[in-house]
Amino acid sequence: MPWTRHHLITLEELSLHEIEQIHATAAAFKKILGRSVKKVPALRGKTIVNLFLEPSTRTRMAFDMAAKRLSADVIAFDGSSSSTTKGETLRDTAENIAALGADMIVIRHAAAGSPLYLSKILGIPVINAGDGSHEHPTQGLLDTFTMREHLGSLKGRKVVILGDILFSRVARSNIHALVKFGANVTIVGPSTLVPRTFEPLGVTVSHDLRSALSDADVVMLLRIQHERQTAGMFPSLGEYTGLFGLNKTRAGWLNPKAIIMHPGPINRGVEIDSELADGDRSVILEQVTNGIAVRMAVLYLCSGGQPENVVSSD
Amino acid sequence: MPSLHIQNARVIDPASKRDSVGDLFIKDGKIVASLSATEKKKAKKIDAQGLVACPGLVDIHVHFREPGQMHKETIETGSRAAAAGGFTSVVCMPNTAPVADTAGTIQQIKDSIARTACIKVYQTGCITVGMKGQALAPIGSLKRAGVIAITDDGDCVQSNDLMRRACEYAKMFDLPLMDHCQDHSMTVGAVMNEGAVSTRLGLKGWPNAAEDIIVSRNVILATYTGAHIHMQHISSKNSVEILRRAKARGISVTAEATPHHIALTDEACGTYDTHFKMNPPLRTEEDRLAIIEGLRDGTLDILATDHAPHTDYEKDKEFDYAPNGILGLETALAVSLEILVRKNKFKLATVVDLFTRKPAQLLKLEAGTLAVGAPADICLFDPDEKWTYDAKAGFSKSSNSPWHGQELRGRVKTTIVNGKVVFANGKIG
Repeated sequence: MPWTRHHLITLEELSLHEIEQIHATAAAFKKILGRSVKKVPALRGKTIVNLFLEPSTRTRMAFDMAAKRLSADVIAFDGSSSSTTKGETLRDTAENIAALGADMIVIRHAAAGSPLYLSKILGIPVINAGDGSHEHPTQGLLDTFTMREHLGSLKGRKVVILGDILFSRVARSNIHALVKFGANVTIVGPSTLVPRTFEPLGVTVSHDLRSALSDADVVMLLRIQHERQTAGMFPSLGEYTGLFGLNKTRAGWLNPKAIIMHPGPINRGVEIDSELADGDRSVILEQVTNGIAVRMAVLYLCSGGQPENVVSSD
Repeated sequence: MPSLHIQNARVIDPASKRDSVGDLFIKDGKIVASLSATEKKKAKKIDAQGLVACPGLVDIHVHFREPGQMHKETIETGSRAAAAGGFTSVVCMPNTAPVADTAGTIQQIKDSIARTACIKVYQTGCITVGMKGQALAPIGSLKRAGVIAITDDGDCVQSNDLMRRACEYAKMFDLPLMDHCQDHSMTVGAVMNEGAVSTRLGLKGWPNAAEDIIVSRNVILATYTGAHIHMQHISSKNSVEILRRAKARGISVTAEATPHHIALTDEACGTYDTHFKMNPPLRTEEDRLAIIEGLRDGTLDILATDHAPHTDYEKDKEFDYAPNGILGLETALAVSLEILVRKNKFKLATVVDLFTRKPAQLLKLEAGTLAVGAPADICLFDPDEKWTYDAKAGFSKSSNSPWHGQELRGRVKTTIVNGKVVFANGKIG
């Protein structure tokens, strides 16, 4: 089946086949990134606007890098849900960008659902780079890509997501993708941040770290932002680390071959011990590298490319 | 004004326990038992074959946005939308700009009503100054200026002590308090019902517990002070149960349900369509069914629309940033007939009662009956006619309706206020 989507809004709506197509395309791009000349002409003459209305470092840089590797021109539009502070609506901002001749918009926004909203308004592809607590599809894609590189098939594998699940778009996108791959997903953390309302998504909800981590093939840690959204959800960072921080002892409960993941940015000493973050089992920096290839795949496919044409396009 | 002779209608008047096919006679703006032979000859005849004739509908919860937000709605356009929906009496909320917390603002609104309204429009005043929940509004002056109830609707008085004093003080004037039941501390940033759907969508949830707590608080204060507290737009199953128990104990509380809370659930928010964003939010199927049962057994006294107009450009936003509220007046009857009569086997007369006698009685309005001598406020509707609702072609100034473009069943044909036809054949006037 050929790739037909022009937007990437959620992983919830993608089929397993579509996720595999993106991964296969990303694998081809990853090979190219290993060469001395890393650039391909696939999107030459196209202009991609990175409309980042919420602070971001690595996702924005990764999209920027991915677009440039594909020879696209990249324009950055930064703000703080921004021109809205000048009274301009998201619709007007986006329509202006489209009127300037952009070929694609990559949007990061604090409001859940805003990429879907834009995709209904604009005639150009919209890529979700994170919408509120909803989804972060490219992160879910690069995380599962990284897991598959290490574990092969994810079917029946135990994947644990640990931390602030409630406010995490990374958790939601990973859950949707992992469930499609047939993985057994456990979400674990304090009951205020890991509510039972996640169960209908097909995951096991746990507040017992030991049973959750036991024999897990993957543990993915999420950043705890106690100063912002999780204020009042648990007593202190110290108590969080005491109950749910990943340390050497607790890592011993994992499957011996398990990998440790984190979408970044890391709070060393809070959700993860510093030495574990840098240890053999950590694939945190691989995630970042894979993020380029996966985003190249997404930009390429949503611009009308097909998975099998990647190699011939260079 | 010509006399009216409405012929062959199915006359449903719960106040006089009438449900039979027959005629209605109107003279000098009042219902009369019959007309003389000469009067009959001169009377304007309305053939109501196949139609229901009931008292003009009464909605005790609308937002006409005047003064201050007249780009959304005015008393003129709102009253036209009401007439098109079969309503002949409505009660406006005071969360205007400025809010209606002084006798002067009430007078300004009353002047506009007298000049521009095509139906009977009543006004409420605020409970607290500026609707800020900090000090009592001049409730005595508001009463003298003509308000029929007080409410901080859109907001909820958070201080239990202030609400207690408001109850005691308002009781002195026999003024009901109407409360939008929401604990703010539990709903900061909330935009939809808290549950599996909000979790999936990544939207901040508004737990039903935040409504239940204030409903309980109000039951306790009504018990303690003896004041009449009316709970607006109940959305939660637990709140229905709390009210059921309070009513069994004879406590002076009443409550309303909206057509949207009996028709829709939070699943409707799945595409982030802001036409499903309102406050209180759409809740779960369990809540929806409990509200219907509350209406069936009288725990919830009445239907009210919470007609809340917003312009297209205000609603056309990210879900988080769009204002709360939807239109209600032009679709209320059709939606309620569909859900209550056709889907849940309510008697037609019961639904008419929920829209007429009961709300009129709740606020002691001279409305809601076709008894001889009553003002001739009448709604004629076809309970089975199918029609497609075009919100943009409607009479409200705004078009923010979740039913836009949908086929509805049950259509208002004629609306009469004080014996004058104000809506007929799809036209006002």
